[in-house]
Formats: sequence, structure tokens, C-alpha cells
Amino acid sequence: MMLAWLMALPAIGGLLAWPAALWHRAAPRWISLAALTLDLLVLLHLWSGSSAPIDITGRGQWIAILQLPWIPQLGISFQLGLDGLSLLLVLLTLGLGIISVIISWTEITERTGFFHFNLLWTLSGTIGVFLALDLFLFFFTWEIMLVPMYFLIALWGHENRTYAAIKFFLFTQGSGLVMLLAILALAFVHQRETGTFTFSYFQLLGTKMQPATEMWIMLGFILAFVVKLPAVPFHTWLPDAHTQAPTAGSVILAGVLLKTGAYGLLRFVVPLFPLAASRFAPVAMLLGVIGIIYGALLAFGQNDIKRLVAYSSVSHLGFVLLGIFAWNTLALQGVVVQMLAHGISTGALFITAGALQERLHTRDMSRFGGLWANLPRLSAIGMFFAIASLGLPGLGNFIGEFLILLGTYQAHPAFAVAGTLGVITAAAYALIMVQKTFHGPPRAAAPAADLHAPHMAVMAVLIAAIIWLGLYPQPVFDVATSGLANLQAATPDGLLLADGRPP
Amino acid sequence: MLHAIWLVPAIPLLGAVILIIGCGRLPSLLVSIIGVGSVALSAIIASFISIGFITTPPPGNAFTIILWHWMAIGSFSPAIGFYLDPLSLIMMLVVTIIGFFILLYSSEFMAGDEGYSRFFAYMNLFVAAMLVLVLARDLLFLYAGWEGVGLCSYLLIGFWYQDPANGLAARKAFIVTRIGDTGLMIGLFLLFTHLGTLEIQPLMLRATQSWPAGSTMPTLAAVLILIGAIGKSAQIPLQTWLPDAMAGPTPVSALIHAATMVTAGVYLIARTHMLFALAPAVQMAVAVIGAATLLVAAFAALNQHDIKRILAYSTISQIGYMFLALGVGAWSAAIFHFMVHAFFKALLFLAAGAITMRLHHEHDIFRMGGLARRLPVAFWSFFIGAASLAALPLITAGFYSKEMILSATWAEGGRIPVLWAAGVITAFLTSLYIFRAVFIVFFGDLKTPVSGHYGPRITLPLIALSLLALIGGFVETPEGLGGITLFSKFLASVFGEAPVVSGSAANLRLLAASLVSLAGAGLAYALYMRSSPRFTAWAATPAVLGWRRFLFTGWGFDRLYNALAVRPFLAIVRVNRNDAVDYVYQIIALTCRMAHQFLHQSQTGRIRWYAGWLAAGSLVTIAISVLQ
Amino acid sequence: MLTVPLLQPLLLAVLLFALGLTGVLVRRNFVFILMSIEIMLNAAGLAFIVAATRWGQADGQVMFAFILVLAASEVAVGLALILRIRHRLTTLDADAADLLRG
Repeated sequence: MMLAWLMALPAIGGLLAWPAALWHRAAPRWISLAALTLDLLVLLHLWSGSSAPIDITGRGQWIAILQLPWIPQLGISFQLGLDGLSLLLVLLTLGLGIISVIISWTEITERTGFFHFNLLWTLSGTIGVFLALDLFLFFFTWEIMLVPMYFLIALWGHENRTYAAIKFFLFTQGSGLVMLLAILALAFVHQRETGTFTFSYFQLLGTKMQPATEMWIMLGFILAFVVKLPAVPFHTWLPDAHTQAPTAGSVILAGVLLKTGAYGLLRFVVPLFPLAASRFAPVAMLLGVIGIIYGALLAFGQNDIKRLVAYSSVSHLGFVLLGIFAWNTLALQGVVVQMLAHGISTGALFITAGALQERLHTRDMSRFGGLWANLPRLSAIGMFFAIASLGLPGLGNFIGEFLILLGTYQAHPAFAVAGTLGVITAAAYALIMVQKTFHGPPRAAAPAADLHAPHMAVMAVLIAAIIWLGLYPQPVFDVATSGLANLQAATPDGLLLADGRPP
Repeated sequence: MLHAIWLVPAIPLLGAVILIIGCGRLPSLLVSIIGVGSVALSAIIASFISIGFITTPPPGNAFTIILWHWMAIGSFSPAIGFYLDPLSLIMMLVVTIIGFFILLYSSEFMAGDEGYSRFFAYMNLFVAAMLVLVLARDLLFLYAGWEGVGLCSYLLIGFWYQDPANGLAARKAFIVTRIGDTGLMIGLFLLFTHLGTLEIQPLMLRATQSWPAGSTMPTLAAVLILIGAIGKSAQIPLQTWLPDAMAGPTPVSALIHAATMVTAGVYLIARTHMLFALAPAVQMAVAVIGAATLLVAAFAALNQHDIKRILAYSTISQIGYMFLALGVGAWSAAIFHFMVHAFFKALLFLAAGAITMRLHHEHDIFRMGGLARRLPVAFWSFFIGAASLAALPLITAGFYSKEMILSATWAEGGRIPVLWAAGVITAFLTSLYIFRAVFIVFFGDLKTPVSGHYGPRITLPLIALSLLALIGGFVETPEGLGGITLFSKFLASVFGEAPVVSGSAANLRLLAASLVSLAGAGLAYALYMRSSPRFTAWAATPAVLGWRRFLFTGWGFDRLYNALAVRPFLAIVRVNRNDAVDYVYQIIALTCRMAHQFLHQSQTGRIRWYAGWLAAGSLVTIAISVLQ
Repeated sequence: MLTVPLLQPLLLAVLLFALGLTGVLVRRNFVFILMSIEIMLNAAGLAFIVAATRWGQADGQVMFAFILVLAASEVAVGLALILRIRHRLTTLDADAADLLRG
């Protein structure tokens, strides 16, 4: 039942926060903070009791699992499950959620109630996505996550917000509908095979299908996930959405929402369609490599700092796609760390960009320059996260990238070598950002104030987290192990044969 | 005692962290105490550890300590741990002691700079990263230090960030070396995938056990490691970043060139020498790259007029000697030259810094002159450094280390005296270019007024390093000159016994090499002290000028890379700035909009019009259903 | 059995329907359009009645009752709308009421 609370608390908080704005403008902030903190406590409680994961019906190791009837006539149940993988991602979601509330404290002054309602409902939907074990419920939460985010961009965004919001909505909604078709198709195929009509993940696992059917259904799923991830060539909604969203929106988008795509690939695509996935793996890995290089090239060319960071996300998530389809323990652990590290470092970069915009009223880097002299703390922090995102050893992103590439090398050396080139281009865009923004001759008029205490506290937490991930990631691996074991139960190490061909 | 080894990198790291958290608000005295003191402490601990190591060697002449396991995923379990053997011990001592002198010097050199505490934070981080690199037990941890020094070099080269040129030089250093790093990273993938560990010692053992010499795998692995080493050590073809790295403050150059960063590649190859021994072709390539770099850089150094650029090219060239030694399997000679080079190159840079500091940061040697009397300390230390670099016989340390390399080159590559010849020719050129600088800078007329004064924190490091540059070579002398082999004996547990070269032929070659460096100095005297008008006229003829310009740009490598890599990259970026893929979606959107434009004309809003269409549509539908 | 002629009443229905349609299409006054629609509805009703009588089924009568109700409510709503339009546009010209054009 705790799992339902995990999902419900932010939703309830959102419902309370909306009318609370009528009472006092700051009330929604406190309510959101309280709801998310409480949620975090629930999660930590679940985690602390996770010493002995439960094993249900031979379906692997789960920390907690919940099954309630919902629409039994259609084989739909309210089924949630928490394993190591979901735990880490929910933790990331709540952490970044709390941070988003804090950084919106001064930035959002209009319609605070509705803003926090949307923020909390997006988070609730995301948590649902990470927990859902019923495909219908999964789709349901997938949509819950999407609509409030549309409002966040469309109502509190920057100058070109309507365009960006509609683009975001069309891409994710369109691909989501394809996924719905694929879910229905899978359920029907399963019914024809076994006679029961169900959306339960566990029952659908191992459904026997014609190779062609399996491939088509899988492509339906993959489309939704790679749009969300995003992989080239479905990435173009991302720079617009990230750039136009308010800071909290960018943080949640980059930090959490993109991970739902990776999570979907991990949880659903490969376990449900192992054969099709292995046939598709070379294509997916190629897309990953293209994403790494292409995203980095585009990031290098941008003048808008938020756009640069957005394209760097494309590059970083290319690594994730590469690692998922390498599908061995090293690469998958790398994927987990990469997701966490990317959430932290990119979130921090968006906060930095937001702080710069708040002070200089522009995102155009050609109008920045030499900020180090005036804003030493902000600049040092910005540079720290730029360096983290170029993958310096000792910081979290390196662990992720290295493990992914090492795992990929074992699966398919050529893709690993090509992916490693992304490390060079990453250096190029990260350093050009530092140069244009913080270094160089002072150009912009001296801005008012450096980061204030709440922002500094947030940044300190993020810095500590990324150093911890970089120097002692073992706890993360230990937590993720049970989750990855669940995924790999059906599909063991490696999708490809030793020579890089599908089996 | 040996267990305290982790303190050696940890203390400078702690110093850096304190300075960073202090965020520029600490008083400058405290900053220099933390900055210099932490490295001093680390040097003291390193010295005690060394004494302990030498007096009571640990079993196997090597000591390992694991702080914690970085990660453990299946069989992949690299550790945060240190490995101390004679090789890493020498590296550690050089890094900490030279580092300490440079930091002491900087505490006065950088006084009054607005980024004083930032400078010491970066410098401490630099020393810490280099110590991690040389002491790491695992290749992955070594790689962490490897990238760490790259980052610190970026931060320090671009230290004066307000000038975009410095930023460009810094980025160039980082990105060019990162190209090499990528090779090393792929090398790590390959080694782990095929040998199942990244711990250096077992890795080397497994390589020798499971790979036959000359087979594909060790060759590939050695090539990848070599690419990494070339990048960090600024060898051809990735040498272009080093001359530009002069943009940073002078102590930074001293640190990069002497104690940290550029010698990392030499260390890496020495550390993995067993792998290179399995790949003779690659080892040959190391020697050839070293020889080529020697010559190319020495020629480029001949025609520079920025004092720091002369020294930069000389570093590239001297690292070439080390590569040459590594290539012919004279591992301990390479490390010996590394150590001696650290002494005299730190000395040369600090002396050059001492000069420019008194001349309002004038770097052009042709606007110096006559400084020998005005700046005696700087003159004598620069002169001693120059003599050691030029390997003036008997009295300088450089003579002994260079001699060891040349004799090994002859002995190992006997059938190929080309390498030996390259070494000897470069010895001549080295002597010529450095004494050219000495004569132009210190003699003749005074051209720029001298101002200011030095404190002891500048002179002390100069004197100490001068002593080291003179006597540091007596730990290893050729057979004909006493035959002391303390250094190679000490390293024997790492590299095996070095062959002893003796005989009258060896002595003859020794004599020849000594004469060559004296001849270079003599020629420099003849050309630049007595400035013959015929030479000046010859140097100004168009053909010669063209060559001089070519050499001045460092053989045009920068232009080549700009044309081959940088400009195409920028062009692609510029063309694709708005993301070509997005055009596809924009075309889809445009199609929808055009369809809308077309169809919305039918929405007139007139009810009779709609009714008419309704009737017509019904009529057609009924007609079709009736007539079928 | 009384035979009910089918052709003539149906022809009348068609004629009425066509008249109504023509009225809708050519008249610009809303009131006349409404009246024309009434004629069309009644034409349809006539067709139902004829068919019901021809086959002796009550369904047609039921449908006609429906149509009557429909026509009545349509006139009520329609007239209310016309009043609003008259109020808003100060005309009864159907072509002037094109606020919903694309």
C-alpha cells in the first residue's frame, strides 16, 4: 500500500496546492515541499525495509509490490512494483522535484497554485511510470506525466513557449498513441496465444509471437521511448522544450522525464521482445552513436546556453541508448549511473542557466562573457558541472560513460570506439560554454548578486551527489543489481553474438 | 611508514579543496601557507617514505595499498589504491620536490594577482592529480589522474581568463590531449576485455603469459596506449598544444614541463613496458616518433623569439629523447632523463619567469639583452639550466642522462644508426638554440629597463634547482667515467638489469657527443655574440626567410590541422547550427499548414453554402448506393 | 384490401422536399430558411406516412410523430437563435452571419 502512497502523495499535494494559492501566494510552495519531502520519507522507509527483497511467483527480486483490482473485465489491474532500478529513479525524481520547488521559489510568482499543481502531477505521473507493472496503467501514467508538463511550458515558459509546448506535446503524444496501439496489439496477441486478456507485465512476459509481429509491436514501443529519450532523429522537440520551459520545467524534463524513455526500453522493450530487440540492437546502437556525436556537434554550435545544454542531453542519452542495447551487466550498470549523473549534472546546468537568465535577462551567450569576475560562485559551479558533463574521472558522468563504453566494447567494439569519439566532442562543447559564459573579457553589465543561500545549498547537494557517484558508486550498483537481475532474468547477458551479429 | 603513501596525493588535494571552498576570501598569507605548505608536507612524507622504502624494501620491492574498491561489478573491480615501486617512487619524489620549489616560487611570483587563491587551488590539484597518475595501482585510477592533469592544465593555461587567446590555448591543450586520451581509453577497454583486469602488475603478467610477442592483440593495445602517451607528452603528431600552452603564468609552464603532465606519457610507457616489449613494431614506432620529434622540435626552437616558446619546443624535443630511449628499451635511461630534465627545465622556466617578471612581462628575447650583470641570479641559474640542457660535458647532469640514452640507442639499434644520428644532431641543435637564447638575452646592450626586486622565495628555488641540475646526474655515469649505476640498479626490479656499455668505441662516441654539444655552444657564440654581418645577410635572404617562417610556426602543423580538422568541424557546426533533422519536421508541419490553407477556404461560414454541399453530398451518396 | 397508391404521394414528397431544399439554398432570410426546413421535414414525414400505409406498419406513424416533435423543437430553438442573430447583427441575412468562417 506504501507504493500507492508514493504515487498519490504528490497528486494529493498538487490538489491541495492549487486552491491554497487563493489563501496565500507562498502556500503552494510550502505544500509542495511538504508533500515531496513526505514522499521521500516514504521512499526511504521502503528502502530501509528492503534488506530482504521479496520474490513473487519467481518473477525476481522486488522491494515492494502492490496489486489492486481496477477494471477486471478488461484484464486491467492497479499493479505497482518497486525494485532497485525503480527505486533509484524514483529517488532521482523526488530529489530533483524538491530542488525544482526550491528553485522556483523566486522565479515563479504568477499562478503559483496551478504551477505547483502541474509540477506535482508531472512528478506523480513520472513516479507512476517508474512503478507501473500493468501496461495499461503504465500508459495511463505516461499520459498524466505529459499533460501537466505541457502546461508548465505553455504557461510559464519563455518567449516562444506556445510553439515549444505544442511541439513537445505532439511528439510525445503522437508516439504515445503508437505505443498504446502496440500495447493493445500485445494484449490481443497474448489473448490469442493463451486465452486470457491481460495487461499485466508479468503475464505478458514471454509471450510467443511471430518474428514479424514481435518486431512491429516492439517498434511501436520503441518509438515512444526513443522520442522521449530522445534519440536522433526524434530529438528535435527537446531543444525547444528545454529552452522555453521555466527552470523547474527544464530540470524535471532533463533530469527525470527523459529517463522514462530509458526506463521503458529497459523494463519493457528488451524483456518483452528479446528476439526482436536483439535483431534491432545494431540499429539502436547506431542511433545511439549518432546521437552522441550529432548532439555534441549541435551543442557546440549553439549560442543559447539552454539550447546548448539541451543538445548535450541528446549526446548523453545517446550513451544510454548505446548501453541499453549492449545489454550486459557492465553496460547496464553504466546506464543506471549515467541516468543519475545526467539528471544531476544537467539539472544543475539548467539551474545555472536559469540563474544567469534571471540576472542578465538573456540566454544568449554572445552577450555573456567574463562573468567570473562578478559572479565567482555561480561561475565556479557552472564550470564544475560543465566539467562533470564532459566526463571527468572522479565525477559521476565518467563512471556512467566508461562503464557503458566498456560494456559496449565487449558487445560490439566498433560502436564503442565510435562512441568514445563523443568524449572529444563533449570536451569541445563543454569548454566553449565555459569560455563564452564565464571566461573572456567582461561584456555584460555587472549583474546584481551572486547565488543566494538556498541556491547554494541546492548546488552543494548536487555537487556532493555527483562527486559521491564518481568516487564511490558501489551503493548505486548494489541497489541496481536486484533491478537489473529482474530485467536480465528473461534475457541474459548480451543481445548480440560475440561477432556483433544478432543470434 | 609505507602505509602513509595515500597522504602524498591526499594532502595537496585537501589543500585544493580548502582553497576552492574558501572561494577567494582567504587572506593571501593563509593561501600561500596552505598552497605551498600542503605540497611541502607531501614532499616531506614522500621523502620519509622513500627512505623507508630504500632502507627496508618491502617484499618484492613493491608495495600496494587499497583505500577502497571504486566499483565492483562482476570481475570488473578497479580500486582506489596506490602502488609503490622504484619507478613510481622516483616519479613521486620528482613531482613533490620540484612541485614544492615551483609553488614556493609562485607564492612570490603570483603575489598581488587577483586570482591568487584560485591559482594555488589549481596548482595543488595539478600536483595531486599527477601524484595519482604516478602512484595508481589500477590503470583506471591512473586514467583518473591522467584526465585530472589534463583538466588542471586547461584551468592553468587559461588562468588569466579575460584574454580569449588564453582560453583558446587552454581549450586546444585540453582537446588535443583528449584526442590522445581517447586512444588510451579504448586501450583500457581492450585490455580489460581480453585480460580481465585493469590492475597494472597482474595485467602485465597476464599479457606476457597469454599473448605471444608480436601478435595482433599486444600490438593493438600498445598502439592505443601510445596514442594516449603521444597526446599527453606532446610528441608528433599531437605536439601542437604545448607551444601555445605558454599562455599560462610561467610557474604553470614550469610545472607542466618539468614535473607533471608532459612526462605522463613517458611514465605510462615505462609503466606498461612489458606490453611494449610484446609489440616490437610499436616499440620501434615509439623510437621513430621520438627521433622525429627530437629533430622537428629542435629545428623549430632554433627560430623562436619568445623565450618561453624556445623552452616549450625544447621540452618537446627533450621528451623526444625519452621516447627514443623507451623505444630502444632503455627504460631506466628514459626515467633518468626525465628526472634530470625535470631539474633543468624547471630551473630554466623559473629563471625565465624571474627575468620576465623584472622586465614588465617582456617575453621577446630580442628586446632583452645585457641582463647578465643586472640579474646575476637569474643569469647564473638560466646559464646552468642551459648548460644542462645542452649537455655540456662532465659538469652537468644533462650530459649523463643524454649520454645514457645515446649509448643505449647505439647499443640497441646498432644496425640502425639513424636513430643515434638523430640524437647526436639534436644534441648539437639543442646546444645551438639554447645558447643562442643565452647570448641574446644576457649579453649585448640593455634594451628594456629592469625594475623591481626578488625575494628569497624566488632565489631559493633557483639556487636549489641549479644545484640539482649540476649534481643530479652523478647517480649514473658511463662506464668510461666511473661507471656509477646507482640509478639503474635501483630501477632494476622494475625494468631488469640494464646492459653495461663499455669499450674504447663507446668512449669514442662519448667524446664525439661531448664535442658536438660544445660545438653547438661555440657556433652560437660565433653567430650571436660576434654577430657576423654575412650571417645576418644570409638569414635575411628570401629563401631563408621562408624557411624561418616555416620553422617559426612549428613546421606548419597548426595550419595543417586547421585545414584538416578544425575548419571542417567548424564548417559542419555552422552549416548545421539549426539542426537539419528539424527541417524534416518543419516540412511536415508546413505541409499540414498548407493543407489547412487549402481546406479552410471551404469553411465560408455561410449556412446556405453548407446546406448546398450537404445536399449535393447526400445526392451523390444516394446515387452511388442506388446505382450499384 | 385497400391498395394505396405509392408513386404519386412519393412524387409529392420528393417535390416538397426539392421545394424546401431550393428554398433553403436560394432564400437569404433566416425566417424563410426556417420555413423551408419545415417543408423538408414535412416532405420526409409524408414519405414515412405513405410507406407506413403501404405496408400497414405503425413504425412510419411513430416516425412522423417524432418528426413533428423534432420540427416543433427545431422551430423553437431556431427562432431563438434567429432572434439572437437579429439582435447581434441587426439583419436577418443568412450570408451576413459568417462569423464562423475559417
